[in-house]
Amino acid sequence: MEVNQYLEMFIEESKDHLQACSEHLLELEKNPDDLAIVQEIFRSAHTLKGMSATMGFEDLADLTHKMENVLDAIRNEKIHVSPEILDVVFESVDHLEEMVMDIANGGDGKRDVSSTVAQLKRIELGEEAIPEVVGTAETPTIAVASTLEYDGFEQTVISQSAEQGFNAFEISVRLREDCLLKAARVFMVFEILEKDGEVIKSSPSVEKLEDEQFDQQFYVAFVTKESAEDMQKKIMKVSEVEEVIVAAIEPKQHSEKEQAIQEVAATATATVEVAIPEKNTAAPKPATAAAPAKTDKSHAPVGNKTIRVNIERLDILMNLFEELVIDRGRLQSIATEVNHGELNETVERMSRVMGDLQTIILTMRMVPVETVFNRFPKMIRQLSRDLNKKINLEIIGAETELDRTVIDEIGDPLVHLIRNSVDHGIENPTARLAKGKPEEGTVVLRAYHSGNYVFIEIEDDGAGINREKVLAKAISKGIVTQEQSYSMSDKQINELILASGFSTADVISDVSGRGVGLDVVKTTIESLGGNISIESTQDVGSVFSIQLPLTLSIISVMLVEIEKEIYAIPLSSIIETSIIRSSEIMNAHNQKVIDFRGKVVPLVFLEEIFEVPRKEPQGDEFHSVVIVRKGEKLAGLVVDSFIGQQEIVLKSLGNYLTNIFAISGATILGNGKVALIVDCNALIK
Amino acid sequence: MTNAVEQESIKVIVFQLADKEYAIPVSHVQGIEKLMHITRVPKTEKYVKGVINLRGVVTPIVDLRERFELPISEHEETTRIIIISLEDMEVGFVVDSANDVLDIPADSIEPQPEVVGSLEEEFISGVAKIDKRLLILLHLEKVLNPLK
Repeated sequence: MEVNQYLEMFIEESKDHLQACSEHLLELEKNPDDLAIVQEIFRSAHTLKGMSATMGFEDLADLTHKMENVLDAIRNEKIHVSPEILDVVFESVDHLEEMVMDIANGGDGKRDVSSTVAQLKRIELGEEAIPEVVGTAETPTIAVASTLEYDGFEQTVISQSAEQGFNAFEISVRLREDCLLKAARVFMVFEILEKDGEVIKSSPSVEKLEDEQFDQQFYVAFVTKESAEDMQKKIMKVSEVEEVIVAAIEPKQHSEKEQAIQEVAATATATVEVAIPEKNTAAPKPATAAAPAKTDKSHAPVGNKTIRVNIERLDILMNLFEELVIDRGRLQSIATEVNHGELNETVERMSRVMGDLQTIILTMRMVPVETVFNRFPKMIRQLSRDLNKKINLEIIGAETELDRTVIDEIGDPLVHLIRNSVDHGIENPTARLAKGKPEEGTVVLRAYHSGNYVFIEIEDDGAGINREKVLAKAISKGIVTQEQSYSMSDKQINELILASGFSTADVISDVSGRGVGLDVVKTTIESLGGNISIESTQDVGSVFSIQLPLTLSIISVMLVEIEKEIYAIPLSSIIETSIIRSSEIMNAHNQKVIDFRGKVVPLVFLEEIFEVPRKEPQGDEFHSVVIVRKGEKLAGLVVDSFIGQQEIVLKSLGNYLTNIFAISGATILGNGKVALIVDCNALIK
Repeated sequence: MTNAVEQESIKVIVFQLADKEYAIPVSHVQGIEKLMHITRVPKTEKYVKGVINLRGVVTPIVDLRERFELPISEHEETTRIIIISLEDMEVGFVVDSANDVLDIPADSIEPQPEVVGSLEEEFISGVAKIDKRLLILLHLEKVLNPLK
């Protein structure tokens, strides 16, 4: 079977299911008696097993199957949930994740899992797991009729459609022996079927039918509102069909186990119910689509119709849209010149529509931070076991949305920071009790929007940062001098731990801290256009706060002019703009400075930095200054004039021009010309 | 350019710089553009003229005259930008004019004569003689290399 086209879908969906497994397992750990959670896990595992077997990943299917057996036993109260059992199940999920990752990276998903499998087996047999139960789990396909077998999902569809007033039929179609175009006839039959209902299953599979890999007869399981006779007549209309037998499928024949799944399915989602009536109104689609559509439906969340789109396509869409924006700019200026009433009206209308379009395209690229956060509960669980600490992780604001590109980058820095909080922040239980704190430490992971930024905070109620220890270390490592240390604020001292070559843990553990972690975190966050700050009180706890731009592709800038060149300064760095007289400029250590609201601010003449060619020197008495900041430090960028504020699309300079001093990128202006974006961080030392 | 010699014949874009004709394999050429507004990029090599907006993609521009340290001329009506793509880079070359597309038989390509000449010598992978025209084949990697 040609499976490559479904591989991507399979990988994505497997990840979703494994994520769901992990989440529910964590929940189960808290409420070991809640069997409804086990049902959820079982369902995910079961679907995963089916999918991986279809895709030919036997190891994956096999391990899932073993895990499923244990879950089944738990569900049927043959085994009682214990931390030891959960450990093994967690381990299995880890293995499964590795396998899926391997497949995603082009591997074959093979992995030595014999020890885990053995453990699963032991658990399964250790208690009085009744072989029959296991038996049904091993072959989840139960013969309902003599010819077709249905798995859990298909059973559910059948029984639910019965509840909905649909009839489930098993249709046997025999083609004439002299039929020449068997695939075409099959297609015609499927077309008729899909007009009136939903094909659940076919034997042989749709792919085989298309390749004419069958003799004369094939079977189809089908749900519809039509009667058996009508269906039979309709199919008989297809030429070269010799015989059609329509038999009803009795949903009652399901085993208890399948019914249990049904119940869960009924309470959890209503996808199937939604899907069937929809299919009736939808245009008939070719039979080829039947197989993928089937897998799709089983995972679609309730009332939220989504499709997966390759991020590259979104990028292309964005690029095309950007071109449109540039053309709009031209059109606008032409319209102003021509001054034609109707033209102006049309251009204005187009601009409005494009404004809406831009909002939609940008929001399409937004992903909730949940996709990053959801891996942390498991990580914390593992860490707390490894370190013998008791830790409770609270996640707040997981629904906060961020641009996809930021999401992709932010995962690793967050892992570092959380590991850091758990390892260095939270004390061990005895130390905590001695300090009069609750035995269990708390780590809060919080995300929220504020203005054009998203903030992510990692807060712990641990030991906090030891000022003296940090300072002594920084001095011994030569990061700061003794003299400098006297004038440093608490905040500055805290931020020393982000400097490269810094590690305060007395014992280097493999959890965190070789001093390589936190400075990488800082660099990554700054490269994303964000920044990180630390608040800490000794023995009370620390808060690591990350500020990130909402999106990387569109930013607000202030356009400034130097001679005839236009530069863009990100609004996020600008504090304010001001006009100063030449007489206000003072000199300090060969550096021109101004007094700005009581602070001495050094001036940076962009004209000099960017070596702007100027025909005659500017003899102006007034200077336009943009005050920018980097952290606590300020600088005044001297330019010729301000043009104004604008939303711009960030573009890279490509792979040929890299590491250009004080330029972070480029953008295309309304007139089609390129303007460079000033990197204020590089200008402030 | 690397496997140019093994092939039977290669298709090239011919362009003019000063009084000589140069050639670049068509497979590396993305397009030929008329001169457009170039935004200067500060603190780069002298031969990097800046960047242009090539249909929404910011593309760096190298002036080949300056790259080869030839006398600088004013840009004229015939001046063209040849957009080159090499590995993951896209760069535009400013040339005096883009003249022709030619098929060069592989056997007409000779290694570059051992004459100590100008700087451009090290950027040459070979020369081809076709009907009294002398075409200089460029070694693109070397032309772009020092900035990589």
